[in-house]
Amino acid sequence: MKVAYWPGCVSRGFTPELHGSMAKVAPLLDIELVELDRAACCGAGVIAEHNQELADALNARTFALAQMELERGAELMMNICSTCQGAQSECQERLDANSEYREHVNETLSAEGLRYEKGLSNKHFLWLMVEEIGLDAVRAKVKRPLTDLRVGPFYGCYIVRPSDRLGIDRAHPRDTYLHQLITALGGTVVDYAGQYKCCGFPIITMNKEASLKQAGRHLGDAVDAEADCLVTPCPLCHLNLDLQQPVAERIVGRQLDMPVLHLPQLVGLALGLSPKELGMNKHVVRPTSVIDWSTSVVASVAA
Amino acid sequence: MPEYTLRIRRYTPETGEAAHWDDFMIDLDGHRSVLDGILQARDRQDGTIGIRCSCRAAICGSCGVRINGSPALACHTHLDKAAEVAGDEPITVEPMGNMPVLKDLIVDMDAVHWKKIQRVTPWLLPEADPPEREYVVPPESMIDVTQSMACIQCGACVSDCLSMEVDPEFIGPAALAKAYRFVGDPRDGEHFERLKDLAEDPHGIYDCTHCFNCIEACPKGVAPMSQIMRLRRAAGTEHEINDRNNGHRHERAFVSLVRDYGLLYEAELLPRSYGGDSWFGKFHPAAGMELASSLPSIVKALQRGKVTPMKALKGHKLGKDDLQAVQRIYEHAEGDAYELNLYVVGYEDEEEPPGDGDAQADAAGSHLPEERSPNR
Repeated sequence: MKVAYWPGCVSRGFTPELHGSMAKVAPLLDIELVELDRAACCGAGVIAEHNQELADALNARTFALAQMELERGAELMMNICSTCQGAQSECQERLDANSEYREHVNETLSAEGLRYEKGLSNKHFLWLMVEEIGLDAVRAKVKRPLTDLRVGPFYGCYIVRPSDRLGIDRAHPRDTYLHQLITALGGTVVDYAGQYKCCGFPIITMNKEASLKQAGRHLGDAVDAEADCLVTPCPLCHLNLDLQQPVAERIVGRQLDMPVLHLPQLVGLALGLSPKELGMNKHVVRPTSVIDWSTSVVASVAA
Repeated sequence: MPEYTLRIRRYTPETGEAAHWDDFMIDLDGHRSVLDGILQARDRQDGTIGIRCSCRAAICGSCGVRINGSPALACHTHLDKAAEVAGDEPITVEPMGNMPVLKDLIVDMDAVHWKKIQRVTPWLLPEADPPEREYVVPPESMIDVTQSMACIQCGACVSDCLSMEVDPEFIGPAALAKAYRFVGDPRDGEHFERLKDLAEDPHGIYDCTHCFNCIEACPKGVAPMSQIMRLRRAAGTEHEINDRNNGHRHERAFVSLVRDYGLLYEAELLPRSYGGDSWFGKFHPAAGMELASSLPSIVKALQRGKVTPMKALKGHKLGKDDLQAVQRIYEHAEGDAYELNLYVVGYEDEEEPPGDGDAQADAAGSHLPEERSPNR
């Protein structure tokens, strides 16, 4: 399946291993990525905080570029960043709900010959795996089931709240997809207190202590629940949980050493790729437990 | 009559005993409320169950609790819906979070919620002596605050605030939504002073971590987080308050980096958030101090090749034509921005029953000529 792929800024900046691992995993799942390399930053809520119309117009432009790809055979737009997904869903909600407003924004885009038509399907890679590819198909492609690997899901706020905007309902329990996916890949889900909470990243420059107390507490909860690693569909959560973990350790006063994987890295691991191919050597917290697992008897028997 | 099991969290601090769960079987129709269930259990089985309630019609805000882990008004939650969420398990009912428990489902609202409401001076501070009769303001100037006026002070948002969980001094969603009710009120004469106070407070508007829990929690659609974002917009953009918490500097730096690069240039964003929105921001002492305190992370990131010095010095950038297109959008939107509020105008779509969306729009401002309403 061909998708109009929006990688976001952070996956090409401070978490290059996310963009890299997605590129490795996509062909294994028969996903063809057409990168939206002309699109601008989604604003991550900060541009909307400054000027809502500006954020809506920038994202409408991204949507219009994606719709051009849809005309060329892409099936939908795909994100790999929860924050992009949430920020874009918020803008799309406004654009889709009011035709007058949509016209107003389209007028701005018309200078470039672009136009956004209501009703774009824009899904996170996580949703796409469950809803478009199907977990049975994913399961069938698993080469190295994650047997005995204890994985804690960390969803991140933007992909689970507000639930009505993000299309979470009985038919689409998107707030359980990480759980379902970990199980489909053969891993063990570790439930812990912080799985739906905030990593604290948005206030890292404003109140570093409160920010990293959040990250540190959730990581600590995962340690106490005996997780081998966490997995997150959000690169911004990854920054606070992994890049900032050494500082978070100081703030919460305990050693954590909790590896945090990006979603495509966990999928890639089960599809038979090596930790190094997936860029796990680029993490601040060495994913020792994951690498040990990948070279263990359990993993090699499965492979 | 269908039967439901309520699993109620019991706790009486004075006894010194630990909190525990008690199960109660109740028989009521599914369309009756969880509150009705609790009251039946209290009447028939255990008169000591503590619950605070009054109107039973979702307007007094007394019966805020957590049902199946999520904050809600007990009187506004149907038993059948709660049972559906609970699945095979009993319906759990527990007190709200972030506030001390007085007894069972009753929390100390005075100690947290009301104290924080008082913190934001929740009354009108007019510029001059009040007029002899009523204030006369253009009706459309009040539309903006209708959403925050819908608050019934139930504390559901306070219960689940994730910033407050780690920083109990955070002013919090309910009180900040209340603050916007006055900052957005044309009759109030101290908008700047209010905003300055809330922006400079380390536990003020810039302490909100943007987690959406309060939006999800609110039974009245107040969306406290959106009101906090409006306060930030008013403080930073309208009143140019350059707060000590880096809140406005961070926003400025973010917005101008995306204008100049099209994408977010993170290595430049951080120093500018501390030191000021220009290339020279990184040489400001505040940026230097932050750099020093982040050294453990920076050193590791460089060691692992996560960030290369080259990438830190040269941000990713859109192509020339696309960057120009982005900058044109900036020029358009930075002028007279159109701030659509769906709470006010409602949704125009096919799925909703006819007239539903219109009804909301009417309630908010049908009496206004179209050209005068910002949300038309």
